[in-house]
Amino acid sequence: MRRYSVFAVAREAMRAHKGWEAQWASPEPRSAYDVIIVGAGGHGLGAAYYLAKEHGITNVAVIEKGWLGGGNTGRNTTIIRSNYLYEESMDIYEHSLKLWEGLSQDLNYNVMYSPRGVMMLSHNTHDMQSFKRHINANRLYGIDNEWLTPEQAKAYVPPLDIAKTARYPINGAALQRRGGTARHDAVAWGYARAASDRGVHIIQNCEVTGIRRGPNGEVLGVETSKGFIGAKKIGVSAAGHSSVVMEMAGVRVPLHSTPLQALVSEPLKPIFPCVVMSNTVHAYISQSDKGELVIGAGTDQYNSYSQTGGLQIITHTLDAICELFPIFRRVKMMRQWGGITDNTPDRSPIQGITPVPGLFVNCGWGTGGFKATPGSANLFAHLIAKGEPHRLAAGLTLDRFRTGRLIDEAAAAAVAH
Amino acid sequence: MLLIHCPYCEEDRSELEFRWAGEAHIARPENISAISDEEFAEYFFLRNNEKGLTYERWRHIHGCGRFFNAARDTVSDRFLTTYKAGMPKQPLPETGASEKTVETYEATEGDAR
Repeated sequence: MRRYSVFAVAREAMRAHKGWEAQWASPEPRSAYDVIIVGAGGHGLGAAYYLAKEHGITNVAVIEKGWLGGGNTGRNTTIIRSNYLYEESMDIYEHSLKLWEGLSQDLNYNVMYSPRGVMMLSHNTHDMQSFKRHINANRLYGIDNEWLTPEQAKAYVPPLDIAKTARYPINGAALQRRGGTARHDAVAWGYARAASDRGVHIIQNCEVTGIRRGPNGEVLGVETSKGFIGAKKIGVSAAGHSSVVMEMAGVRVPLHSTPLQALVSEPLKPIFPCVVMSNTVHAYISQSDKGELVIGAGTDQYNSYSQTGGLQIITHTLDAICELFPIFRRVKMMRQWGGITDNTPDRSPIQGITPVPGLFVNCGWGTGGFKATPGSANLFAHLIAKGEPHRLAAGLTLDRFRTGRLIDEAAAAAVAH
Repeated sequence: MLLIHCPYCEEDRSELEFRWAGEAHIARPENISAISDEEFAEYFFLRNNEKGLTYERWRHIHGCGRFFNAARDTVSDRFLTTYKAGMPKQPLPETGASEKTVETYEATEGDAR
């Protein structure tokens, strides 16, 4: 792999950019691998990369039914933060945030991580109490999070309407300054390039149609649209389709898949300096480096794999955006899309072993998986390599729904991811 | 937005009047204190989450307020039938139970012809 650098750009400029090589290889699958990862999103590609880099396991294939990064990795609103309430959540999201900080250098690929701050608006007494509880929990755990008055919030985000007569008045805000955004496609591409360089096979347009099991129930490999591929270990990282893939091995998981929508506006000059979320009126917004306002809406209420979502959901979100930021009322929206999120009953992810020997699962990231990409991938690689969870992910097991040791972020926080 | 037929009101109404209420035909165990943790997790948390035909409950919350059951395709979101609570799974109309998502303009154009 030729490293990217300012010298590489200069060299290629001298020879009409004819020396750039393909970022990753597209090999034909071998008959068997040590590890197969199902799903080439950020989590799956990242897990393959860390398996190769940190655990020396390079006989790995990442199998993807579409194109890499074409699912939720390319459909999210790229928000990164770690200000969760419970220690299990803070552990994994903070681990992830620390990896984000050095990811571009680690991958030699600019993922455009931008710690521009994530602000969560408080609209009422309940919000204020809940956010202050979060702030205290975070600070006791060594994670930055601070309380702002409405005036301080306005100073940080000038387009914000803090008038007391506003439709959704604001009585303060919580700000995590290290939170921010990154370029989601670059995360998938960067992991794919770095993993491919270390010998990982990335096999696109190859749908897993079954999981073959041996006489003792252990996994033998996967049936795919390109034939049977053997594997000693299989890691499922299939986001919204996790239920479908796990069902192939006869494992039921406590998930329901719902569409989550996002939309972007026409490009504007730089006007919006950070990420602002309002959980109460359910809207969040940031500005991409291209200048588009990136707006996230809520999930539809019913199970669906349609990757679209109802119009009333985004209408509701835009109503709220226009009230919070009156300056955006005449901005035109350019594109809208949906991704399928896999939601657990306690709104915390599942990463761990399964009742099937050799089968590992990483799912349930729901509406907030992008921010966890490096951390989740890193710990999933550890799980697959060692056969047991890393200390930081020990609470995220599938077994918690039997033991009752839930990580109830949803009820505690009313937090949008 | 979905258009949903309430089997009690016998009317097609907008999705805004309804609340989704999860998988249908799950019976609460009668000996709930005697069952094992595995059985409780199965009843309480594990769901089919089908891609394709699913049976689910809806509530006409801003209408008659009653729960009913529906058969729906989770790929196209099309309702195949709705029926009153307490009734067994209903036979489905003849048309294919699962449809592929229409992803291209050419695909829809072909249908129109």
